Amino acid sequence: MSEITFTDQNFTKEVEEDKGIVLVDFWAPWCGPCQQQGPIIEELAKEVEDSKIGKLNVDENQATASKYGVMSIPTIIIFKEGKPEEQLVGVHQKDDLKEKLKAFAK
Amino acid sequence: MPISNLIIIGSGPAGFTAAIYASRAELKPLLFTGTEPGGQLTTTSEVENYPGFEDGIQGSELMQKFRKQAERFGTEVVDAKIDKVDFSSQPLKVVSQEKEYQARSVIIATGASAMWLGLESENRLKGKGVSACATCDGFFFKNKDVVVIGGGDVALEDSASLTKFANSVKIIHRRDCLRASRIMQERAQSNPKIEFIWNTEVVEVLGENSVEGILVKNNKTNKESKIKCEGVFVAIGHKPNTEIFKGQIDLDKKGYIVPKEQTKTNINGVFIAGDVSDFKYRQAVTAAGMGCAAAIDVEKYLEDQEPAQEQTKNKNC
Repeated sequence: MSEITFTDQNFTKEVEEDKGIVLVDFWAPWCGPCQQQGPIIEELAKEVEDSKIGKLNVDENQATASKYGVMSIPTIIIFKEGKPEEQLVGVHQKDDLKEKLKAFAK
Repeated sequence: MPISNLIIIGSGPAGFTAAIYASRAELKPLLFTGTEPGGQLTTTSEVENYPGFEDGIQGSELMQKFRKQAERFGTEVVDAKIDKVDFSSQPLKVVSQEKEYQARSVIIATGASAMWLGLESENRLKGKGVSACATCDGFFFKNKDVVVIGGGDVALEDSASLTKFANSVKIIHRRDCLRASRIMQERAQSNPKIEFIWNTEVVEVLGENSVEGILVKNNKTNKESKIKCEGVFVAIGHKPNTEIFKGQIDLDKKGYIVPKEQTKTNINGVFIAGDVSDFKYRQAVTAAGMGCAAAIDVEKYLEDQEPAQEQTKNKNC
């Protein structure tokens, strides 16, 4: 699957009402480590078939970022059945993220 | 798995400059980025002192340029960290994600990472008000009160960038003077949003699910007091990333790799560049310079290792 752009507008439908596993990368253009995380998320999205993967720009979508208490970026939150299950702060490698997604899929 | 000429560990200015030189010398280096691709520059904002960029350049943008330049000449970049090394025999071995790679030479350019205070409360509240990246996270503290811990250039630079968002910035420093450069000190002291709190150490970060303040102690009077704040930015210096080299190579007391002769180490075929052995200059441009030197030293080292008949071929030139 290709990555999805999450926004304040589509977050309820795409993430909170989703019955499966969704990985959201909270990022912003001015954040250096986010520029490193970005391409990793793009590749992950291409390689993973059974989970939804995408990014949310915190600058343009402050309501969602603040709802989930994001105060540091990059932050990755993995949702299962619409509920935030794990919050990861800082850059994470593709294989680590794959492992996490696998564990939640079980 | 074929034996590489050169494996470079690290992706800051030192690692990528070594890669640019080594790939131009057709050594086809393999570079492992580690867990902080691009290194320390990716957590700064504008870099104003890298020559050639007269108007300054964003740290992460500069590092992307380094990477592209290295890739252009054939560096193979692996986005993974090295978990283990074995320098006890040739070929040298490194392990990443349970896969072993072998090389005739290695350049260690793993740099240094920001240090944390080491408090349980600090660790628990990371990402919930505790941060080591002001340029990333300042945005979340609009009209809030924040503190910066430290007294070096990074602490002052962080404070200045935080004043764009925060209501107030208090700099908590354990001494009564600053290590930071004169220009940074003058900028901070003339900024009305910045206040200095001297001779003070952090005892605890306060708050259950988000930062509510810090408990501090004046190290002259031993008096404890609370400071209300919603953000805590830690900028107390750096430590070299040498965990995986312990017992394999000579380290000094603080963990820096000890150079034997210029970029050479006590292990044949293992070279160093950048902050992993440099606690004095610690600049992007000095790290890049050392990366270049290490690549040239590697090229010479590999030439000297070539079988004798290869060398006689070139004797006449």
